[in-house]
Amino acid sequence: MPLPDIIERISDTVWELPVSYKPGMRVPARIYGTEKLIQAMDDAVYDQITNVATLPGIIKYALCMPDGHSGYGFPIGGVAAMDTEEGIISPGGIGFDINCGMRLVMTNLTYSEVKPHLKKLVDKLYEKIPAGVGGTGFLKVSRDEFRQIVEQGARWCVKHGYGWEEDLEVTEESGCIEGADSKKISEKAIDRGYNQIGTLGSGNHYLEIQVARREHIMDEKLARALGITLPDQVVVMFHTGSRGFGHQVATDYLQVFLKVMQSKYGISVPDRELASAPFNSPEGKDYYAAMKCGINMSFANRQLILHRVREVFSDVFGRSPQDMGMHMVYDVAHNTAKVENHSVNGQAKKLLVHRKGATRAFGPGMEGVPERYKKIGQPVIIGGSMETGSYLLVGTSGGSQTFFSTAHGSGRTMSRGKAKKTWRGETLQREMEARGIYVRSASRSALAEEAGGAYKDINDVIEATELSGISKRVALFIPIGNVKG
Amino acid sequence: MIMPYEYLEDIVIADTAFKAWGKDLEETFISAANATMNVMVEDLDSIQLQEKREIQLENEELDMLLFNFLQEFIYYKDAEQLLLRTQQIQIKGKDHTYVLEATAAGEKLNPERHHLNVDVKAVTLHHFRLERTGSGWETLVILDI
Repeated sequence: MPLPDIIERISDTVWELPVSYKPGMRVPARIYGTEKLIQAMDDAVYDQITNVATLPGIIKYALCMPDGHSGYGFPIGGVAAMDTEEGIISPGGIGFDINCGMRLVMTNLTYSEVKPHLKKLVDKLYEKIPAGVGGTGFLKVSRDEFRQIVEQGARWCVKHGYGWEEDLEVTEESGCIEGADSKKISEKAIDRGYNQIGTLGSGNHYLEIQVARREHIMDEKLARALGITLPDQVVVMFHTGSRGFGHQVATDYLQVFLKVMQSKYGISVPDRELASAPFNSPEGKDYYAAMKCGINMSFANRQLILHRVREVFSDVFGRSPQDMGMHMVYDVAHNTAKVENHSVNGQAKKLLVHRKGATRAFGPGMEGVPERYKKIGQPVIIGGSMETGSYLLVGTSGGSQTFFSTAHGSGRTMSRGKAKKTWRGETLQREMEARGIYVRSASRSALAEEAGGAYKDINDVIEATELSGISKRVALFIPIGNVKG
Repeated sequence: MIMPYEYLEDIVIADTAFKAWGKDLEETFISAANATMNVMVEDLDSIQLQEKREIQLENEELDMLLFNFLQEFIYYKDAEQLLLRTQQIQIKGKDHTYVLEATAAGEKLNPERHHLNVDVKAVTLHHFRLERTGSGWETLVILDI
């Protein structure tokens, strides 16, 4: 796409659209990326990120990460920090899949130990962790128990034997965000969620067995600190969110906000998907408390999936998960809004940071980083396409420029429809297997939509985050087994 | 028969956009519901009409009535694993409110028999519109995938 004439290059990886780009912009928009990435972005990104810049209470800049691409409301990769007194909260700045995120688990197994069992392992994971349209999980809970789960998150799971105490220490918010109030969620949201805990979902959601090859370790010392100590060490990574429950919470409040936004609060937005309410209003507070239930549901979902992963490995290898060193590295969200402390013009300020398809990346020493990672910074897990690999990074002090946010994935460059016309699921599956990636998918056509060629080069995206100083590379993991929704 | 909806490839990248139309509101709503279900199920005719659900909705805005109608299909897919198709639908205006009464029928999803594609998370309001055309009504919808 041709760049807008008005765009200003601030540095090699930062591009700015000034407030004169569009009427109503309160702050400039800044897009992160190398020239190559910026050239490849679809022009809806410019329109959507400058829409974000019009929202009341936005501080400094509307930001878009290097994996940015067109979404609805915010672009995917959008970050906006709002003043907690004067600013708004918007479901369109979080996404329907509240707390969609990534979890990374170590093993002390090497590729040569796993390879002979790979098919069995993937087949069993596929069997135990439901994926695809309308999948339901193994956990049968009552509606009341579900209410407890959305208030307690992964803590509920660990308390009920689905995980280890140490898992909570390495989950963002320790697996349970405070302030989740199940009185603020609808019965419909419960209907859609209470049978889906422990399921992957579909689209770009996946569970992968991956390998950290020696040549793909970018920082030996950091890798060691994060548990990567063996050559060709095998890890498990997965990507999913709050399932139908989170989607319904967002849908419910989108409509609540539409009704009061203009009539009660005099807020007008350029796209109805950006429907907003003042953060400090009854409706804003209700949504924040309901959205936190979505955050907790998602932590619980990933916690249950982790439990199943450990069970499957234990079953296949006949060893305990402890013996196989199946420690969790970290769980990080990329669809949330959270109140955080940030420095604005030298002043400490509480801000509501919306991240939609953007990962929190706190630097070393910051509050909220688990004790064991305090010195190195918060682990950041960025999933690539199913063919190319995924990254482990850490947050840096340079992250202050983006309210400590970085990319969340590769970012698509091709629509789902075009991808489906370009690739056939069966052929893709065979080709991937020939290249050493064994895939089980709930849907062949859905698999074609996720072909690696439909995404940007993950290496370019990750390089851009490091060049701009918002996160630092630790290791690249190459997929060998994949469960797709 | 030509399907009264088409998927649009150039509007969104990660999600799915479609245009649906009909000679009246009822037909347009049915087309849009079929387009939504067709994202998830490859062949709508593979859905057998075994169970019925009544759908009753009210909204002051006609387009939000459609938004809620489409949401019902996503809701039943998650809440009851039911794949539904519209059998009957009636839309009336009453005291500044639009009232929709519909009967939908279908069956529990079965991955062995229904060729499933990708899941739909939600109906978005991005570019969402429902408008009168020379020959009836037309809607543009972007679904979150």
